[in-house]
Amino acid sequence: MHDKTLTELAAGLEAGEFSSRELTQALLARIERLDGELNSLITVTPDQALEAADKADAARAKGDTARLNGLPLAIKDLFCTEGVRTTAGSRMLDNFIAPYDATVVEKLKAAGTVSLGKTNLDEFAMGSSNENSFYGPVKNPWDTNAVPGGSSGGSAAAVAAGLVPAAMGTDTGGSIRQPAAFCGITGLKPTYGRVSRYGIIAYASSLDQAGPMARTAEDCAHLLGAIAGHDLRDSTSVARGVPDYTEELNAPLTGLKIGLPKEYFGDGLDAGVEAAVREAVKVYESLGATVREVSLPHTHYAIPAYYVIAPAEASSNLSRYDGVRFGHRCDNPADLIDLYKRSRAEGFGEEVKRRILIGTHTLSEGFFDAYYKKAQQVRRLIRQDFLDAFEEVDVLMGPTSPTPAFDLGANKDPVSMYLQDIYTIAVNLAGIPGISVPAGFVGQRPAEGRPAEGRPAEGRPVGLQILGTHFAESRLLNVAHQFQQATDWHCRRPAIAEETR
Amino acid sequence: MAIDKTDVLRAAHLARLGLNDEEASHYQDDLGRILAMVDQLQGLNTEGVAPLAHPLDATQRLRADEVTETDRREQFQRCAPAVEEGLYLVPRVVE
Repeated sequence: MHDKTLTELAAGLEAGEFSSRELTQALLARIERLDGELNSLITVTPDQALEAADKADAARAKGDTARLNGLPLAIKDLFCTEGVRTTAGSRMLDNFIAPYDATVVEKLKAAGTVSLGKTNLDEFAMGSSNENSFYGPVKNPWDTNAVPGGSSGGSAAAVAAGLVPAAMGTDTGGSIRQPAAFCGITGLKPTYGRVSRYGIIAYASSLDQAGPMARTAEDCAHLLGAIAGHDLRDSTSVARGVPDYTEELNAPLTGLKIGLPKEYFGDGLDAGVEAAVREAVKVYESLGATVREVSLPHTHYAIPAYYVIAPAEASSNLSRYDGVRFGHRCDNPADLIDLYKRSRAEGFGEEVKRRILIGTHTLSEGFFDAYYKKAQQVRRLIRQDFLDAFEEVDVLMGPTSPTPAFDLGANKDPVSMYLQDIYTIAVNLAGIPGISVPAGFVGQRPAEGRPAEGRPAEGRPVGLQILGTHFAESRLLNVAHQFQQATDWHCRRPAIAEETR
Repeated sequence: MAIDKTDVLRAAHLARLGLNDEEASHYQDDLGRILAMVDQLQGLNTEGVAPLAHPLDATQRLRADEVTETDRREQFQRCAPAVEEGLYLVPRVVE
C-alpha cells in the first residue's frame, strides 16, 4: 500500500480492498521501522491518526464518498495542529502544544484525511537543506549522504520513502519545489494568497504560501482543491472561487507555448540537470507544444532582494517569541530584558539569529531606504519580468535547482547556501505559482562513506520547474500531469521505498 | 555597505537577542558577506519604481467592528511559561 498514489489509494478504499484503519496501521508501522534512519518526522501521532481513520471508515460505511476521506498524509511542523506539539523545527517551540488548528489543517480534517504526524523542517522554514532543524537533519531517501532539500525536507523525504502518500509543505523561497526536486516527487507552490496562511507559523508574510507535495500532479490537484480558498482569518488570502483543479488535467497540450528563460540555463547549472531538463522540454514538443527562449532580465537581483525582504519580515514576525506568552523561557531571569535576551538566545538556532540580525539591521534607522525600500522596488521589476514573459508564452520551464541534492554538510557558508535558490526565489517575490516535477536523474558521483549495500546508486533526482501566471494552477497541473502521462520519472522509487521488512 | 561590530550589537539589542563578544564577531563576518551580496541591488536604477509590498497589489480589507472571537484565554495561557490568575508573570519591572 505504501507505494500507491493518493488517487490509487482512494480507489482501494472505495472498492473496499482495505480500510483507512488498515492503511493507517501499515504506514505507521513503516514509519516506525524506517524513519529512524531518515528523521523525516518530528512527531508521530498514532492515536489521533487511528481515531481519524476510524471516523473516516465509519463515514464511508454511511455512504460518505468524499474524495480524500480516509487518506493518510503528513503535515509540515510549521502548521498549528490543535492538541499536537508544533515546533517549527525550533528549540523555541519544543514545548508548544498548539491551541488551535491552521485553516489548512482544519480543511484537511474536514475532508476526512488522516494525519500521521508532523514533518521535520529547517528551523522556522529558514533553509534549503533541512540541516537547520533543532531535531537534526533529514536524510535524502535516494542517498542518505545527501540532503533532502529544504525547508520542507521532512515532507519530501517522507513521501519519497513511501511513509506517506502526500504531505503539506510551505514555500517562501523554494521550500516546496526544491525538496520535491531533490527527493523525486511533485510539489506545488500556489499563487500567493490562494491558500490561507492562518495558523502557519509565519516566516516572511508577503512570501509564505502553503501547498501540496505528493507523487503526482493529479494528487496535488486533489489536495489543492481541498486547501485553497478565501479565509476571513487571513487578510491576504484572495476572495476568488476555487475551481475543480482536476477538470483540466487531461486537456491536450497542442499549441502550448513554452518559454525557456535564458537566465535559467546559465553559469552554475549542473550539466546533468540541464540535459534532463532539455530532454523534458523535448517531450513537451512531442506533445504538440512550441518552445521559445525568453528573458527575465532581473533574475540575478532576486536573491539579493529576497535576503532583504524575507529577513526583514522574519525579524518582525519572530519578535513574538519573547519567553512570556509561549515557547522557551530561560532559567532565573534577572530582569525583563535579560528574560527576553536569554530566552531568545537559547531558543533560536544560528540561521534564525542570522536572519533576525540582518532584518533588524536593514530595517533600522539610517538603513531602511537603502535596503528595504530598494528591495521592494526591485521586487516590482522582478514581477514585471514574469508578467511580460506571460504576454508571450503560457508557461515557463527550467530546472528547479541548479544541482541535484548536495551532500550533507557541503554548504557551510550561508551565502553559498542562499545561491542554491536562484531559480525558485523570484517566483515568491512575484507571487506566481510554480510546480516541480521529477524529470530524471543525475548519475551518481562516488561519495566518501556512501553506504553501498542495500542502497543502489540510482543517482539523485532532477526536478523540472514549471511556472505560470497568477492563479494559473489548473494550467500548471495540466501541463505537469500530461508530462507524467508521457514519462515514468515520477514512478521511480528509492531502494528504501521498496523495503517491505 | 560594510557592517561593524557596533552595528551587530545594536541590531542584537534592538532584536532583544543575547550575543556575547565572540558571537558578535562571528555574525559580523556572516552579515558582512550577506550584505556584500545584497549590495548588488545598488547597481540597479530604480528611480520612479514604486515599492511592491504585496505581489497582487492587494490592500487591507476592512470588516465591521464586531466581536467574532470567543474568549479562549485559559486555553491560550496553557502554553505560557508562567501565569497566575489570568496574568502572564515576568520579573518585577517596577520596584
